[in-house]
Amino acid sequence: METLNYRYENGTRTLAKNPQIVGVVGSGNLEVLIESAPLDGACTIEIKTAAVGFGAIWEAVMHDFHERWLLADARISINDMGATPAVVSLRLDQAVQTMLEDAR
Amino acid sequence: MNAPRVWNTLEVNRAERLGRARAVLGNQMQGKALPAARIADLLHAVLECGDRVCLEGNNQKQADFLGQALAQLDPARVNGLHMLQSVLALPEHLDVFDRGVASKLDFSFSGPQAGRVAKLVSAGKLNIGAIHTYLELFSRYFVDLPPRVALIAAEAADRHGNLYTGPNTEDTPAIVEATAFKNGIVIVQVNQIMDTLPRIDVPGDWVDFVVQSPQPYYIEPLFTRDPAQISEIQVLMAMMAIKGIYAEYGVERLNHGIGFDTAAIELLLPTYAESLGLKGKIGRNWALNPHPALIPAIESGFVESVYSFGSELGMENYIRARPDVFAVGPDGSMRSNRALCQAAGHYACDMFIGSTLQIDLQGNSSTATLGRIAGFGGAPNMGADARGRRHASPAWLKAGEEARRGRNTIPRGQKLVVQIVETFREHMQPAFVEKLDAWELAEQANMAIPPVMIYGDDVTHILTEEGIANLLLCRSDEEREQAIRGVAGYTPVGLGRDKRMVEELRGRGIIRRAEDMGIDKRMATRDLLAAKNMKDLVRASGGLYDPPKRFRNW
Repeated sequence: METLNYRYENGTRTLAKNPQIVGVVGSGNLEVLIESAPLDGACTIEIKTAAVGFGAIWEAVMHDFHERWLLADARISINDMGATPAVVSLRLDQAVQTMLEDAR
Repeated sequence: MNAPRVWNTLEVNRAERLGRARAVLGNQMQGKALPAARIADLLHAVLECGDRVCLEGNNQKQADFLGQALAQLDPARVNGLHMLQSVLALPEHLDVFDRGVASKLDFSFSGPQAGRVAKLVSAGKLNIGAIHTYLELFSRYFVDLPPRVALIAAEAADRHGNLYTGPNTEDTPAIVEATAFKNGIVIVQVNQIMDTLPRIDVPGDWVDFVVQSPQPYYIEPLFTRDPAQISEIQVLMAMMAIKGIYAEYGVERLNHGIGFDTAAIELLLPTYAESLGLKGKIGRNWALNPHPALIPAIESGFVESVYSFGSELGMENYIRARPDVFAVGPDGSMRSNRALCQAAGHYACDMFIGSTLQIDLQGNSSTATLGRIAGFGGAPNMGADARGRRHASPAWLKAGEEARRGRNTIPRGQKLVVQIVETFREHMQPAFVEKLDAWELAEQANMAIPPVMIYGDDVTHILTEEGIANLLLCRSDEEREQAIRGVAGYTPVGLGRDKRMVEELRGRGIIRRAEDMGIDKRMATRDLLAAKNMKDLVRASGGLYDPPKRFRNW
């Protein structure tokens, strides 16, 4: 197991109050919890992953995710069982899109 | 004065071979049929050392009884054979080399045996003439590699040697014709001998010997994909393919590769494509094996016709009940023909879309991996612009126009060749690489050129979960490289992109993301599949599709 933490400061968009859980904990998959939280405008991401040694890829995936959505006051927790970057990005995008629409 | 030249040595040689067979088998022959127990005697009698021998077997049906008999011959009596084979699929296909019965090989594909081919090559027991595409190999049978002896497989024969090859006719006509019309010997294994055949696929006077094999010939259900294994990423990529390519170009005539990526597209036609109003506009006429995953699209009226390389186990009754769609004979069963279908896929289709293992920065695409000599099969003919094509269609014209826009060239069309691939394969193997493994393999196996499946200059689009790169619109090698990097995700090749240039290419529509195509990623779930498992496919066929046991999980 490896734990990775990221924090992004320059977000502008806030999410609906109801948290979202997407995905499942299973081989090649992941579980994502996204919740609105008072974080001084930041977006924090904590990743617990079964696949050790992919920190550089996670950082790039999370950086792009933040650039795409610019979330503020959002806490994201990821339980990963070796999902590919494709699956990670799709799950996150699906959940965030739903929460942003709910926030309107 | 010189002796007059003899012009019929092949004919004389053929008569000698037949004479030896008669002498050995004598009164055990019934017309052209011999007992299965005497097959080794027949082969020892008709074969000569160094013969070119074509053993039928593709990735589907196999002349396995004859292949086993050949592998068990006495290498002291028969050796140095030059094997001609579409596919090396079974262990006995390599045993002939290991035992010294054969020494040379011209072939097309060796998927399951690729590792053993490489080992026998390095042990000096197998000398590869060349690796071909199917159509290329068949062509050589008629030019410089006519078989002296062909060992083929059919469903049934009558006592005159007429053959019924049924739905899985596949390579048989090409092999028999090349052999019979060059005074070669044709030996066929059949599942049964009948008084009256359902239809005659090969006339009896082209066939010399018939043997009823103890077991029906082996056949692999190669094109069956269980929808239960299709991932949401594959659904997303299928949505992008349909909206960003099929609809964009109005692709009506096409061929799909093998695999889950294209199975996902087939299963999205009656759902997603239908919702976009594309029925009757895309995916109407196919050069394709009877993929079970195509059943929902056929039933919904999307697919109008399918012409096949071979058949698919379990699809027989469904095909029989849909004669407007498939190539069904007066007897009610389908006939396939690999040579003709390969020609159809090359000349009559506007698009090929298929998966691969590695793509380099020029867009060259290869399935070669180290330590395995796997070959090509049909992909290079499907996935290549047909330079000899002269008839126009909207899809072909649009692709050609995009490639030539702004250039002072005479108008012509181009085939759409799409590589669809997730940026990472299993075990986080990147699908995008700086240098193909094919280079190292070429060096290891002493090949003249690296074994490339589809050359970069034939690839028009690369589709990944990150989006579509339209290589037709690139105007320099640098643009092309950045377009490829721009859909290569988080692989080292993708991370090495020039971000500013990639954004510029996106602005020009050379790179398109799902959101650029108006695709809502939340729709990318398995709910979009017209069938979610094998049972759904059976249901969609009205109970006519009968999947092989290994695919029955209910």
